[in-house]
Amino acid sequence: MIKIDNLHKKYGKNKILTGVDLEIPEKGIFAILGPNGSGKTTMIKSILGMVVPEKGDIFIDGQKTHSNGLYRKNIDYLPQIANFPGNLGVKELIKMIKDLRDTKADENALIQRFGLTPFLDKKLSNLSGGTKQKVNLVLTFMFDSQIIILDEPTTGLDPVALLNLKELIAEEKAKGKTILVTSHIMSFVEGIADEIVFLLEGKIYFKGSIQQLREKTNEVDLEHAIANILKENNA
Amino acid sequence: MLKILKYSFYDLIRSRWSYVYLLFYLILGFVLLFLNNDLSKAVITLMNVIIILVPLIGTIFGVMYYYNSKEFTELLLAQPIKRSSIFIGQYLGVALSLVMSLVIGLGLPFVLYGLFESSAIWDFSLLLITGAMLTMIFTALAFNIALYNENKIKGFSYAILLWLFLAVIYDGLFLLSLIIFETYPLDKFTLIATVFNPIDLSRILILLKLDISALLGYTGAIFNQFFGTSIGLFSALGMLLLWIILPVWNIKRKAQKKDF
Repeated sequence: MIKIDNLHKKYGKNKILTGVDLEIPEKGIFAILGPNGSGKTTMIKSILGMVVPEKGDIFIDGQKTHSNGLYRKNIDYLPQIANFPGNLGVKELIKMIKDLRDTKADENALIQRFGLTPFLDKKLSNLSGGTKQKVNLVLTFMFDSQIIILDEPTTGLDPVALLNLKELIAEEKAKGKTILVTSHIMSFVEGIADEIVFLLEGKIYFKGSIQQLREKTNEVDLEHAIANILKENNA
Repeated sequence: MLKILKYSFYDLIRSRWSYVYLLFYLILGFVLLFLNNDLSKAVITLMNVIIILVPLIGTIFGVMYYYNSKEFTELLLAQPIKRSSIFIGQYLGVALSLVMSLVIGLGLPFVLYGLFESSAIWDFSLLLITGAMLTMIFTALAFNIALYNENKIKGFSYAILLWLFLAVIYDGLFLLSLIIFETYPLDKFTLIATVFNPIDLSRILILLKLDISALLGYTGAIFNQFFGTSIGLFSALGMLLLWIILPVWNIKRKAQKKDF
């Protein structure tokens, strides 16, 4: 379980998060939505301790997060932009991350699943954006942690890989994991999320199920419901 | 931290630049020995080169590596690894690979020339130790600059300026102030001013060991007079050590507070 308590963060004068309180339940898929620059990534990075908040606390399984970052052992994180050291090969990178984390990992099934076998010996700088994202997914899902955080997991993926990803997320959910995901692809979110949080101007605007959001905005599909919120707030 | 150090080190060893650097020192070593034909004379020439060049290369390599390994750093930051381990590990990776290039690049020609039978061996060792320390100091300073500046161009400019200031401008300003204030007692001022520049400090350190009073200059003479040769040597070494410890400590401090 993740609990966020009164989280504040600004970059210079630019206030990104202004008092976020959130409780993410033990099991299920939790989607964080919001317009560009609403603080989705900042919130995720705060949970991971990559961003140092001005104010507020974050608790994971009741334990306050420590600045040494060792609690990340129980979190699998997929960064938004798949940036890797260019002079490493795919295989080397996987090996390195396994070595650094020092936990059990099962990468072979995932490599098969995303069809990465022909790329294993290629340098990361020579891979296309979509292939890099697949590598990114392998690196995230090869560990068996209780919490999975995915920042824009669909970026650059082809339809086959996207289906694979959806299946993968469903499988992880079935194992009883907590999955936190941000995305701009509403159909993707609609298909997988149990609960959504809508961030607007650094605050939580809405939290609940997709059904509740539809009722609140009198719209049939999620895309229109979100657009409705944004228009109302001139965002 | 050792794992990070290992990966940074391997990464650098595989890159072309380490070899260019190594080759440069090899050529420099052979050419100097060829021209001087004498080990102890070559050591003096080498000192002048090391004192200017090693800081420059440490600075540029440090900034370059930091900016180039941004992706690697971001990847590491999401792993269960302490921030200080990431940054100190990377710093040591760069600094140690540079030190290795220096020691091998200069050591090899001198050893082939019969360093071990020569009396210059201690002078030469001190030269390498000073070179190693200057590398550690300037790589650490470069990391500091890069940590404070997100903008690459700015970071590079500040790093080059820092080198230019400490290697060239500092001495000019120092000399100027000596001339302007010549009627005042300047011993203490000189001593303090020297301590604040690791390049000056290294120069004095080596000259004290070589015992060439003609080359010591005003600052060196004051240093020598104040501390005496052996205490002077150790206090200069101690100051250089401080010049490593403080920037490294600041890397750790700054990295702890930075957002990624």
